[in-house]
Amino acid sequence: MRGTGRAVCLGRDIDTDLIIAGRYLRTKDRSVWATHALEDLDPALAGRLSGAVIVAGGNFGCGSSREQAAVALRDAGVVAVAAPSFARIFFRNAVNIGLPVLECEIPCRDGDQVTFDLEEGWIEAGGIRRAVSPLSPRMRAILAAGGLVPFLCGGPR
Amino acid sequence: MSTLSERILGAGAGAYVDRAVDRAYVHDGTGLLARAAWTEIGSGVFTDPDRRYLIFDHIVPANTSMTADLQQEMREFAAMTGMHFFEVGAGVCHQVMAEGRALPGEVIVGADSHSCTLGALGAFATGVGATDMAGIWATGGTWFRVPETTGIFLEGALSGAASAKDVALAYVGALGMDGATYRALEFVGEGAASLSMADRLTLCNMAVETGAKTGIFYADRVTRDYLAGFGIAAERQVPHASGYPDEIAIDLEDVVPLLALPPRVDTVCPVAEKEGLPVDQVFLGTCTGGRYEDLASFAAIVRGKQVAVRTVVVPASRAVLMQAVASGVLADLVAAGCAVATPGCGPCLGAHMGVLGEGEVCLSTANRNFKNRMGVGGEIYLASPMTAAATALVGAITSPEEFL
Repeated sequence: MRGTGRAVCLGRDIDTDLIIAGRYLRTKDRSVWATHALEDLDPALAGRLSGAVIVAGGNFGCGSSREQAAVALRDAGVVAVAAPSFARIFFRNAVNIGLPVLECEIPCRDGDQVTFDLEEGWIEAGGIRRAVSPLSPRMRAILAAGGLVPFLCGGPR
Repeated sequence: MSTLSERILGAGAGAYVDRAVDRAYVHDGTGLLARAAWTEIGSGVFTDPDRRYLIFDHIVPANTSMTADLQQEMREFAAMTGMHFFEVGAGVCHQVMAEGRALPGEVIVGADSHSCTLGALGAFATGVGATDMAGIWATGGTWFRVPETTGIFLEGALSGAASAKDVALAYVGALGMDGATYRALEFVGEGAASLSMADRLTLCNMAVETGAKTGIFYADRVTRDYLAGFGIAAERQVPHASGYPDEIAIDLEDVVPLLALPPRVDTVCPVAEKEGLPVDQVFLGTCTGGRYEDLASFAAIVRGKQVAVRTVVVPASRAVLMQAVASGVLADLVAAGCAVATPGCGPCLGAHMGVLGEGEVCLSTANRNFKNRMGVGGEIYLASPMTAAATALVGAITSPEEFL
């Protein structure tokens, strides 16, 4: 799986309350989550997420198990999230809903073009290429299928 | 060596295993997305309904018509699948499961990050998201990466104003918010054996705040006696004597009342350092600090006095509430001016029953103090039930030592 996008750089320990606040969780309108993604970190961020690769510090997605956090980023148009480490529930959730997560350390600045290849295990930004920690074979298969639901239904959609 | 996680999952650290899930549970929040994903899978197969649980705890009773509608959909889903259903008022899912629905050696998965709480019973218990839960419903199991283990050696015994919550804050402060990412925390040593089941549940509850996959105690006499109270016979789990490559030690005799300062749970200092800081609300409750022992230790301090700030008390379960009724603890809390609400999560996640306003400060017995969690612009200090009681009486952060 190869992808590319513009870097949106965030700090470390971005918790799932910051990604989507508890006050938006109960809704029948799932577009709400993307609209309010990362609002409590910076209300201007939601408008910059379409076509973005989030490049964050460590422990991205810590806190609550709310899957709406991963869904909010995916539905806002985030191509992938790259961070030196992820909180494990967010990590599983992202793969399960088809949002690529890249465990890596890649120096970059806001707006840099970021390209990655999950199969080959690299990420590139500003002329620098770094290795991405490989996903387990199962997680690779789930991501390749587009998420756990299509994986369990028997393959890529 | 073989850690308890390795023994239960049946493989060495780092291995990937497929395991049947002995018990799985969701709440009114995560259940909705899980149901949607399960429906999308489309097989119509719902495995082991007798070992699957839906427990209403996050927004109970419903706060809006929207919430009520969504909860009604979940009731219908529970009835259709045949899983166990716990109505409004039953309590926080982790506490309800801890009351005779979690056994040593089981693999237990909850669609909530604090599902690690149940490791207190010697189970391998961890949290997942909604789609993982849908997969468990549909197939009966899931994959796990067997975690490496950090040993937490506890020495001595708690006494005076120190409580399990302070020990939890101590280890979270020592490890940091990602100090145990992907790992298990194993609580061992003489001090671990000295702790009650309520204490153990509190310690395991906060494991996820260090990034850990679970916190776990070996089942011992305390576990057996606790489960015997539910008519359940359980075997002991004997630790294999050896060290951990990664470990920390805490002498329970040295523990003092602690605070986690907003907005990071790992920014921990003695209560004494913030003594006198005014608060607008005290919150006693949650899967961390809402058990009977927590209510009783709070009541012992406020009994016969009046709280100086609004104080919201949310028992962790109906059983907790009933015990507090029977012992007179509930009457003490009400007489002291506390507002007592329906068992459940209460205002912990900022949905209802004590949401904070801009600039308001809350001292809470919960487990998270993230920015805006209990309301936009509100600040959360985390502490023990005893510190909460002393703070409620004074209206400002106060160490419980002077009230014992």
